[in-house]
Amino acid sequence: MLSGLLARLRLDPRLSSMVAALIVIAIVLNVMTRGLFLSAENLYNLSIQTCVIAVMACGMVYVIVARQIDLSVGSLLAFSGMAAAWIQTRAFPPGATTGWVVSIGVALLLGAAVGAVQGALVAKMRIPAFIVTLAGYLMFRGAAFLVSDGQTLAPLHPTYQALGGGVNGAIGVVPSIVLGLLAAAWVFWHTWTGRRDQRRYGIEPAPIWVDMLKGALMCAAIAGFVWTMCLAPDFTNVDEAGNPRGRGIGVPVLILLVIAGFMTFVAQRTRYGRYVFAYGGNPEAALLSGLPTTWLVWSLFILTGVLAAIASVITTARLGSGANSIGQLAELYVISAAVIGGTSFAGGTGSVPGAVLGALLIQTLDNGMVLLDVSSPMRQIFIGIVLIVSVWFDVVYQKRA
Amino acid sequence: MRLKAIFAATLVATGTLTLTQAVQAAGETVGVSWSNFQEERWKTDEAAIKAALDKAGLKYISADAAGSAEKQAADVESLITKGAKALIILAWDQDAILPSVQKAKQRGIPVIAYDRLIQDKDVTYLTFNNVEVGRMQAREVFKVQPKGNYVFIKGAATDPNADFLRGGQQEVLDAAIKKGDIKNVGEQYTDGWAPENAQKNMEQILTKTGGKVDAVVASNDGTAGGVVAALKAHNMVGIPVSGQDGDKAALNRVARGEQTVSVWKDSRTLGKVAGEVAAALVAKKKPANTTIFKDGSKKIPQQAILLAPMPITKANLQAVIDAKWISKDEVCAGVDKAKAPAACK
Repeated sequence: MLSGLLARLRLDPRLSSMVAALIVIAIVLNVMTRGLFLSAENLYNLSIQTCVIAVMACGMVYVIVARQIDLSVGSLLAFSGMAAAWIQTRAFPPGATTGWVVSIGVALLLGAAVGAVQGALVAKMRIPAFIVTLAGYLMFRGAAFLVSDGQTLAPLHPTYQALGGGVNGAIGVVPSIVLGLLAAAWVFWHTWTGRRDQRRYGIEPAPIWVDMLKGALMCAAIAGFVWTMCLAPDFTNVDEAGNPRGRGIGVPVLILLVIAGFMTFVAQRTRYGRYVFAYGGNPEAALLSGLPTTWLVWSLFILTGVLAAIASVITTARLGSGANSIGQLAELYVISAAVIGGTSFAGGTGSVPGAVLGALLIQTLDNGMVLLDVSSPMRQIFIGIVLIVSVWFDVVYQKRA
Repeated sequence: MRLKAIFAATLVATGTLTLTQAVQAAGETVGVSWSNFQEERWKTDEAAIKAALDKAGLKYISADAAGSAEKQAADVESLITKGAKALIILAWDQDAILPSVQKAKQRGIPVIAYDRLIQDKDVTYLTFNNVEVGRMQAREVFKVQPKGNYVFIKGAATDPNADFLRGGQQEVLDAAIKKGDIKNVGEQYTDGWAPENAQKNMEQILTKTGGKVDAVVASNDGTAGGVVAALKAHNMVGIPVSGQDGDKAALNRVARGEQTVSVWKDSRTLGKVAGEVAAALVAKKKPANTTIFKDGSKKIPQQAILLAPMPITKANLQAVIDAKWISKDEVCAGVDKAKAPAACK
């Protein structure tokens, strides 16, 4: 009955069940923490805490869809983060604007270069991705240490630090509301053009009330998100009476939204995206149909390399320093997020929004359990259980479908 | 204060010890077996050991096991063959090294376990006192903030040192906690000692307590960095925060007033004392300042020297500059002139 309803509403069962699970978990955590979990302050923190894993998960979806794996992202995050911090603290005078701008460029180039080498080893030299990136996992962790012989590099430029969502790390109330309105307008435009295109290609669009309801739900979610972010108190920015002003949407969240939006668009609307999914569905057929499979596999590792570098900028900016121990276990959380979000190791299926929701789910559990004073070993056990349950759910669902 | 006295006493006693032994032991050789010299820090230790041996007129020979227990066993044998009259061993594997220690003992060669415990009744164990580090962290924070809500950001749950440190912290604060002056409002392990995990945990604890936190006892400088980043976003920088390791970034935070203390374990002191103890043992003298250590897993009582680390606060930042551990520019980078500590003036 439920699946019938979802089909009539033309909702993705995987995504909607994840959203439902998130809502249930959020309500349970909120009751257990007596309203702390759903407080604006905590939700702002949660939104920032999710970004690092979610950004990398957007790329991991592509990699796993194409039947590859990248175990090096956590170590690469540490390496490129240390490189960025080194540029800022050692290569340029402290406080120089050019320093932090250049450091981001260097981090991104480094991520791309490392990704290109790993990709070449996999695609050209035919060494399995598991082995290449396992070696990368070891090497870049070591390289991160060598950048400064294990010393923590600080302080980073204040403007750079804002990229991490800390002090001055949100865009403020008014810009947030403007962005929210733009997003709502986009939802309606997208629905309208979607219906128009469906008619043009002779597909019967869903009943108008279905699309209206979906649009309204989306807008409610956007409004709720923007409203909460604007309510989150910014303790470093107080008005005359000494009350904290609202924060608005965090900069890392905007970075994540842009990346997730772009990666979703590429997956659904571009030739490249379709090639990746086609290759993952059946590599041999893809090769025989003349797809540029070598370049395709190669490019995936450049993609994860760049995303790991972006994640490293967010991490070091948030921390206000570069430490070589950042990003430990990140590769496993990133893969978990993609898998919880419905990406299959069999290849050919996966979704970027699902992976972002997967990252949000993991971080929700982690965030809520700290509020409940659950120790970190227990938290890891819980997240492991969620991973198993979500994949088991997938297996059951696919048998029935 | 009492600790600083002990620290000073250790230095003075070991210093005099070198003078008396120098005469009898001159010309002999001391062998050092490193577990994995690739790691940066041991170079500092080596220089200090060499200097101390030089002073006592002893020769230094060494071998590096490069992370292999078998290689280390062979290393120890070859050091003995080369005529070492005392051995300083940084064990790669504390159990696999025991047969090699037996061989040395049979030839009457004394063994010093350097920084890593070797459980044998005749081995002299030399290390910094980790429980003491925890005590110092709590003591310095307690000095500034004797009452209120305390948060404990511990090390990795997988590292036994995390609990040694926490134990030391508890010893110091126990009375005040029982009295109700200090309330433990949040306590978390930090996965992999990673600053970013410490930051997340601290953010959650700040949310949980509504920002009602008066002091944070963090177990090392990395986690302290995460804590300070979380406090910054809450506009709460300046409340007492502890750490350890003498990280350059942390010492800079101490100068800026963002961190209260970084407990510093100067590996040069460890190396120096190792050289001096070796000199004493070569001369068949009992090294000074030893205690009995029996907290290893096998509970074997053995001679040990547990060095007191040094808490670095705003007041004694000059010590790390004088020791050439860090330059004045690095300590004082970005420090507000008006509030600068003495070391930055």
